[in-house]
Amino acid sequence: MKHLLSAKDLTREDAIRILDTAAQMAATQEREIRKLPTLRGKTVVNLFFEDSTRTRISFEAAAKRLSADVINFSAKGSSVSKGESLKDTALTLQAMGADAVVVRHWASGAAERLAASGWMHGSVLNAGDGTHQHPTQALLDAYTMRRHLSPEPQGAGLDGLRVAIVGDILHSRVAGSNGYLLPTLGAEVTLVAPPTLLPVGIAARPELEVFYTLDDALDAHDFDAIMMLRVQRERMTGGGAAFFPSPEEYTRLYGLDAARMARLPQHAIIMHPGPMNRGLEISAEAADSPRSVIVEQVANGVAVRMAALYLLLAGEEASA
Amino acid sequence: MTRPLVIRNVSLANGDTATLRIDNGVIVAVGVGEVGAGDAGAGDADAVVLEASGLIALPGLVDLHTHLREPGREDAETIESGSRSAARGGFTAVHAMANTTPVADTAGVVEQVWSRGREVGLVDVYPVGAVTVGLGGTQLSEMGAMAMSRARVRVFSDDGKCVHDPVIMRRALEYAKTFNGVIAQHAQDPRLTDGAQMHEGVVSAELGLAGWPAVAEESIIARDVLLAGHVGSRLHVCHVSTAGSVEIVRWAKSRGINVTAEVMPHHLLLTDESVRGYDPRFKVNPPLRTQADVDAVRAGLADGTIDIVATDHAPHPDEDKDCEWAAAAMGMIGLETALGIVQKTMVDTGLLTWEQVAVKMSTLPARIGGVDAEHGRPLTPGEPANITLVDPRDNWTVDPSATASRSNNSPFGGVELPGRAVATFLRGTPTHLDHRFEGLFA
Repeated sequence: MKHLLSAKDLTREDAIRILDTAAQMAATQEREIRKLPTLRGKTVVNLFFEDSTRTRISFEAAAKRLSADVINFSAKGSSVSKGESLKDTALTLQAMGADAVVVRHWASGAAERLAASGWMHGSVLNAGDGTHQHPTQALLDAYTMRRHLSPEPQGAGLDGLRVAIVGDILHSRVAGSNGYLLPTLGAEVTLVAPPTLLPVGIAARPELEVFYTLDDALDAHDFDAIMMLRVQRERMTGGGAAFFPSPEEYTRLYGLDAARMARLPQHAIIMHPGPMNRGLEISAEAADSPRSVIVEQVANGVAVRMAALYLLLAGEEASA
Repeated sequence: MTRPLVIRNVSLANGDTATLRIDNGVIVAVGVGEVGAGDAGAGDADAVVLEASGLIALPGLVDLHTHLREPGREDAETIESGSRSAARGGFTAVHAMANTTPVADTAGVVEQVWSRGREVGLVDVYPVGAVTVGLGGTQLSEMGAMAMSRARVRVFSDDGKCVHDPVIMRRALEYAKTFNGVIAQHAQDPRLTDGAQMHEGVVSAELGLAGWPAVAEESIIARDVLLAGHVGSRLHVCHVSTAGSVEIVRWAKSRGINVTAEVMPHHLLLTDESVRGYDPRFKVNPPLRTQADVDAVRAGLADGTIDIVATDHAPHPDEDKDCEWAAAAMGMIGLETALGIVQKTMVDTGLLTWEQVAVKMSTLPARIGGVDAEHGRPLTPGEPANITLVDPRDNWTVDPSATASRSNNSPFGGVELPGRAVATFLRGTPTHLDHRFEGLFA
């Protein structure tokens, strides 16, 4: 594996290998000295065209615990004021000798473009591109589910599990990646969203079941995991282009509160990629309940990103 | 005094073999039937003789939809480079769209474009006038002044932007009747396409790119044909790209509404599947659609619902394409590939004859554009010698860097095309000659 661009590219074997490697990485993090020498001498660049402190520090921690040199490159620019071009940035990174570039970008496809352009030769790790993909988030979600819901996690997929993903499917790269990775690992995926926040082409994906209200979905299935997506404020207040009438109505139809939580099976886990809008898509009771694994998702993110960096950079050397 | 020209043993579009004699920019004789190699016709002694067996003679092609970028974006294209590219593609006339800087919304700008075209002399450049001032969509431009200028503008378009306001569109349609003008509409509802990046469908859902739904084109076309019918005006629909649009135009024509429509070569050949990989060379407006749409526009062109092929040649410099998809400009060059794509998608598939290609790429675009006194004429004695010679068996692979255009944003790099224009004559003067004719006119 040279790049990690999209969860769609991962085979079941690839995905399980990453999850198993992440489990090994997590085990090393229990030790007194958590730093591994694996990527000593390698340079990892965190290239962020969009603010995301959480994702950046997660990748930074992962790279540093593998002893890589980390350069943080913030090239924030909006779609209106392009600023330095992706091409020039890539040429600069190439000149600096980056072995891997972790890229977060506002434009869908930016990571793929970077990998295919010939502008640079290092590995590209997609840390979120526009409304397209965020593969390490889906991998850490899968890792978290497997850890809690699989009796024998090592080497296992997510076969037979039923997962609900609730919220802004249209704009969510988290949903974009989970929509491929979870079925690849054998899980059944149910999307719950207002029709305005579902892509028009979703009907062409029969492996993804769709419900228009959370109550209908809860009536239909006993979910093993429920993943609440962040609702971005600009989506609700876009004047005439708003995707739903009001935050209150969204909470009534799609919010996870104590009552809806009580309708989940006892073993079900509650997930959220963060940052949460407490009181909008998820109530404090749900977010802070013992079933919530939201904080653990963050910790697992480091292990999964260590695994991804390891397999891209050290794995490549081993096979060469 | 230029020497007379004899084009020997060329196939006419109807399949006849003929020899054309051209003098002083005019076709003076057309002799049907094959001529032997040794046979010299009367007066051939001092003439340039071009042996054209295996080639097809079409009336010089006319593009109703070209972006020449001058004035304002001479880094992307100039009237000279665009004219050269057009001649190389077999065109003898192009209509230059109004979205330049400054916008072609006054007699001064259209006259400048027109006279620069004359000066270059490779194709006749007919400026299109803007419908509204600055393409702003709120105030009609002085169409009358442009129509009565030396540029004699007959086609008005805000292309690049839709004349969205229904009242402005109605007034424009009505007003253009004054000088037998036509409004060429870029059909795109701006509200339904805010931030749109590609055709909305299965592929956009997967790629996470904001969708440009077919309905945003179709709803404007539906409104406009009803408006044109209501006020009895002439409407031309630019770049029809969806199956639904073809249906609406077909319906409008069946009701006797005075509407014409064009399709672009890229919409005859490519689909939204090309967008996978996010290469901005495939970014165009309206976007590449689905295979069902491609099939529908081909069928529409074949049955006459879509009247003509136009290129929407839209040059952009490298930096506007060598970037992220969302940051890239929309548009692709196409003057030099148009004829080959039409042959590949329409002629070699049996959907059109060469005679029909002549109608859809020369006769009708000239008529719609109001330049049919000069262009799109039959190849008969007394007519201006605007002629394109096509080699339909000259298989070639498109190399975007080899274009005469100043930009190389072609999506067809590496695509094999079955034929191309090998010689173009504007009023008898060669404006493009393939290497095989090297030295012939020396």
